[in-house]
Parts: sequence; C-alpha cells; structure tokens
Amino acid sequence: MAFGSVQAILDAAANEPLWQAVLDDDCRDRGVSQQDSLAKMNTLWAAMQRSTREYDPDRRSTCGLSGGQAAKMAAAKGTIAGPFIQEVISTALMVGEHNACMGRIVAAPTAGASGVMPAVLLPLQKRDNLSDELMVQCLYVAAGFGQVIASRASISGAEGGCQAEVGSASGMAAAALVHARGGTPAEMAAACGMALQNILGLVCDPVAGLVEIPCIKRNVMGAVNAIAAADMAMAGLNAGIPCDEVIDAMAAVGKSLPSALRETGEGGLAATPTGRKIAERL
Amino acid sequence: MTIFDIMGPIMVGPSSSHTAGAVRIGLLARHLLGVQPLAADILLHGSFAATGAGHGTDRAIVAGLLGMQPDHPDIPRSFQLAKEAGMDVYIHTGELRNAHPNTAYLVLTHPSGRTTTLSASSLGGGRVQVNAIDGLAATFNGELPTLVVRNVDRPGMLFEVSAALYQHGANIASMQLHRDRRGGLAVMVIECDQPLSEELRRDIANLDGVARCTYLNMNEEA
Repeated sequence: MAFGSVQAILDAAANEPLWQAVLDDDCRDRGVSQQDSLAKMNTLWAAMQRSTREYDPDRRSTCGLSGGQAAKMAAAKGTIAGPFIQEVISTALMVGEHNACMGRIVAAPTAGASGVMPAVLLPLQKRDNLSDELMVQCLYVAAGFGQVIASRASISGAEGGCQAEVGSASGMAAAALVHARGGTPAEMAAACGMALQNILGLVCDPVAGLVEIPCIKRNVMGAVNAIAAADMAMAGLNAGIPCDEVIDAMAAVGKSLPSALRETGEGGLAATPTGRKIAERL
Repeated sequence: MTIFDIMGPIMVGPSSSHTAGAVRIGLLARHLLGVQPLAADILLHGSFAATGAGHGTDRAIVAGLLGMQPDHPDIPRSFQLAKEAGMDVYIHTGELRNAHPNTAYLVLTHPSGRTTTLSASSLGGGRVQVNAIDGLAATFNGELPTLVVRNVDRPGMLFEVSAALYQHGANIASMQLHRDRRGGLAVMVIECDQPLSEELRRDIANLDGVARCTYLNMNEEA
C-alpha cells in the first residue's frame, strides 16, 4: 500500500533508512524483488543523466518559443549565485527546454517539473563526488514524499495549479537533498514541508497553454527553493507547520483556484497582453 | 498508485498529463478494441480542449491508437503515420458533463464496422483512468488485467461470471457493477491479479445473458 501520510513514512523509517522503507513498500505493493525495484529506479536515474547529455542548444520547441537559454546561462560569467547554484540553474533550464522540444525526459513527478530533480542532484553529485547508488536512494526518498503529496493533494497542474507540479517536485527534491547530505527523516519531512510552504498557491498559467513560459524557468525556482529548504532543515530551523498539514493545505488551495489558473492557458501570464499576442500568433 | 507513477515515466515531452497520459489513453483504447481502429473520432474536453494542440495531446492519442508507448520518438509524426496506416482521424473539442479537466471521448470504429465509445481522463504524472465504455460507467486504470462484461441485469449473472473465474484459478483484485436501469444493460468491471486465458474469456462471452466480454491487458500486444 502506498504511504498515506508523511507520518506513516517516518514511522516506517524508525527501524531502517527512509529510502529503504520506501523500497520495501514498493516491493510489497508491486510484488517485486528488491533487485527489480532497484533496477527500475537505476533506469530512471540513467535517463535523468541522459536527458542533460542529449540537450541540444540549437534545438527549438515546435512553436519556436523555447530553446538555447540553458547554454547561455551556463556560459554566463561572474554570476551572483556562484558556480554551484549557476549549474543548478542551467541544469534546470536544460531539462526544461529539452522537454519543451519534445525530447526524452523523466517525469518527476510530471514532465513540466522534470527539471527540478536532475537540477539539484546532478550538480551535487559532481561537486561532492557522490555515488550513483546514493543518488538512486535519493530518488526513493523523493518518490516516497511525492506519493503522499499525490494521494493527499495532487500532482496535476490542471487540478492543483503549478504548486502541484513544480511545488511537488521542489518538496520531493528538498527531502532527497537532505538524504544526500546524510540528514535525518525528520529533517527530510521538514525540508519537504518548508519547500511546499514557499510555493503554496502558485498558479498554472502557461502562455498559449504550452509547457514553456513560465514553466521552464519555474523549474529553476523549484530547484533553488529545494536547496534552501534542505539547508534550512539541516540547520535545525523549525518548519512551523507539520508536512502533512502543509500538504492538506496545498490540496485545499488547489481546489479553490479558479479554472483559469489551472493549466487552461486563460489566466495569469497567459492573459497578459504579450501572452495573448503570442497565443494569437500561434 | 506506485512510486513509479511519481518518479517516471521516461517520456517524450512536453506534458505528462497532456502528452504521456494522452498516449496511454490511446493505447488503452487500442487494447480495449483489440485491434487498430479503422477510424477514430476524438473529442477533447476541458484543459485538453483549451491546450491540447499546443501539448500535442491530439497527436499523442493518435500515437497510442497506433500502438506507440509514451517514450516513442515518432509521437510528433503520428498524424502522418495514421494516414499511412489507413486510420481515419477526426479531432474536435467540446464540453462533457461533470468530466475531469483532462478528458477525451473517443468513438472508435472496429474493422468489422461496429463502434465502441470510451471516456478516459489523464490524472497527472502520466496516470490515466477509464470513466465509461459505450456510455456505461466503468472506472479502471488498465494497470491490472481487466475484464469488462456487458450483460443483461438479472439475478445470477455475477455468480456465473465469478464461478468461471474461480474455475480458471483467477483471483479478483477489484470489482464494480453498474447498470443503466433495473433489468436493463449492466456492466461488470473485474480487475484480476493474473492474465486471463482466451478459453476463459470465451466461456464468459458464451454465458447466457452476456452481450459482450472485453478484455484488457496492457502487457500484451494489441
């Protein structure tokens, strides 16, 4: 059975690492062996790595709105963010653009938010020389938290707005980062909860209804927010509201968003004069 | 929902709900029909209608009807491929009553000439759900081998169908019953843990009172 609450994951993680509890649950749920489950997760990790390798800065999306920005960001000199965060930003853009150009990506939890997980894990793995094994464990942690978000709230922009997509990815990534850095399950829950708190209410307002403006750059926000939330959690900051309650609030906020702000391409940035002009041109 | 509905799938972009989920709706429809349809009339509702063209939802459903998986690189070219395969495609938008925002309504023509209708929704992350077949409510996601039995609403039908399943050693994971009215047309949606043999499906189809027996196993070729 899938975990119905973050508390249930924390309870399961009392006697074994949290990622292992998620893995065990998957084995029970799908009736597969540990090797089978791990092999599948390894395939996803390899596909995440491949999506950045396959990125082509000369490729443009079908409508011509997107492409080439990640390379520009990666080449920028003297950023305020510094080299590590700069790489996080350009990796998020890279995967987001690859997706918009109908490239092959890993939905995590959705395609629109597919840049967040690789953007936080790939640069960290490179900088700290972390093993692929640890990165795969991080994906289990992220999936465990994501499962709770999906069951109590939503991971669909059409149902819950962008908070359900980039927001969920950011919360999942924050928990995963805490594991990558050797933090505790309670810190993972705090990191996930804080990341979600910061993105609560974010609307889904894609210009011309396409997963391009502002979706690609919102992956950057989701990734940087995840890093901040993980650092805050591991510094011992108090999240204030328990993660499960944040997720329930997210569900309630999603339900109260008008349809124009849930992936219909009718409100927010999509409804600006420029947004409308782009839509008309297409 | 498994953790691999959250992490994954590996897919061609740009949208898990509007592209990958749409491919899966097409694939589900193809499996339900058992063959590639001769013609497909596809109605897009809600967000599918508002943003489907930009997300390639229309091309994705057609790609699924052609048997492609969500990570198939030819998804963007599916209209052309449908034409080459002799499948007539008609796409339009409209309003469906009380439907999930990402819903498609398909009218499919079997090579024999009969038509089947299907309402299905994309729930996010590439997950999909069938809502109705031929106008009768039937909720399932195609993750397990699924039997959809259309029968006359009379006492004993459920007993006879479940007895046949029992005789073939099939374990029922979940079951739903719907009907249009008392004594009218009923539908059973039975999800099983094991794949169901052709013999068993024929036995059920031949039961007195069974109008049609449709089988869906997404792990088999269709």
